[in-house]
Amino acid sequence: MENILEVKKLRKSFKNFALDDISFTLPKGYIMGFIGPNGAGKSTTIKLIMNLLKKESGHINIFGMDHIRHEREIKNRIGFVYDENHFYEELTLREMKCIIAPFYKSWCDKLFDKYMKIFKLPANKKIKELSKGMKMKYSLAVALSHDPELLIMDEPTSGLDPIVRSELLDILSDLIQDENKSVFFSTHITSDLDKVADYVTFIHDGSIILSATKDDILDNYGIVKGGTDLLNDHTQKAFIGIRKNIFGFEGLVDDRVKARNLFKDNIIIDKPNLEDIMLYTVRGNQYAQSNH
Amino acid sequence: MKILILNSSNEPIYQQIVHQLKEGILKGRLAAGSALPSIRGLARELHISVITTKRAYEELEKEGFIETVPGKGSFVAVQNRELLRKKGLAIVEEKLAEAVSAGKSLDISCEELSKMLHQLYKEV
Repeated sequence: MENILEVKKLRKSFKNFALDDISFTLPKGYIMGFIGPNGAGKSTTIKLIMNLLKKESGHINIFGMDHIRHEREIKNRIGFVYDENHFYEELTLREMKCIIAPFYKSWCDKLFDKYMKIFKLPANKKIKELSKGMKMKYSLAVALSHDPELLIMDEPTSGLDPIVRSELLDILSDLIQDENKSVFFSTHITSDLDKVADYVTFIHDGSIILSATKDDILDNYGIVKGGTDLLNDHTQKAFIGIRKNIFGFEGLVDDRVKARNLFKDNIIIDKPNLEDIMLYTVRGNQYAQSNH
Repeated sequence: MKILILNSSNEPIYQQIVHQLKEGILKGRLAAGSALPSIRGLARELHISVITTKRAYEELEKEGFIETVPGKGSFVAVQNRELLRKKGLAIVEEKLAEAVSAGKSLDISCEELSKMLHQLYKEV
């Protein structure tokens, strides 16, 4: 399978935070969700991919090319949606478009008009008059108007209501009906990924915790519930995160079958969602410590 | 054709698709040669990942229920009646095995189970 985005051992340090040699790849034709709590390194990673920040070491290849050496060509083939409004508030949607269009070799006004129509955006309104959801759709219309092969978005759904979020996910589904198109987007709202995402990459404290197909993750991980008498130094090692209360424990495992073999019929296993996996992984140690 | 996905089910979503399409084919609701939705189209319709529908189609292809022609799409495979019946029998056997193991876990004897089967055969 051809990779559209390859990140290898990417490193960047700040005073209080470091991206620690992170690696992941996105094959062509799929949607990857990039999840993690606030401050985990999502935006930093995206800025490094877009070369808005200078990396310290590591490789980033997009369309099989180095992202700095071929920056101009690559950016003509990428659509980018920022997490904040970066347009001039006083301009109308059409005026703003006229400023952006010349930056792209393959800008297509017809495509822009098509998306304006699909997203029901008023071309003659000023940007400051748009709701948050409409601003996001406008950013998306602008980002898609040069027919990019890769769409990169930083927190496109944050602050949007469930209806607009679901509309956005439909747009992404429509986009990858063309198997040459791919989407990479960060979010801390994991339910956005429960449905359409093909791949999930989970970052925490500057490290990649896991990067795999969503199906593999959800088919293998499990939430094990049972009585606390089952827990000892040995069995406790099977858990990524564990939470105890006076009636029993609940813990996340990354291999349901192994947990079943270990505990036999003494436990029940629930299906986790991505939010459970994020919570138990991030808070798992805290739980463990507070119970010792 | 109807495909209904139950998110709360313990059965993985790709298997739910496999089962429902298989049933449609075995019961003749999906005729041999008829076109199936594209992998990406089905994912969009069902609001699920492309990888899920792809895996379902790969599974069905492996078992000979469908055929994929590059550039044209996927179709219900042409199969002979003998083979269809064999596959149907395998499904019945699987379901019976489930019932037997449920019975065993409750210490129900073989005799009792057969009685139940005879009774059910008349009623259903």
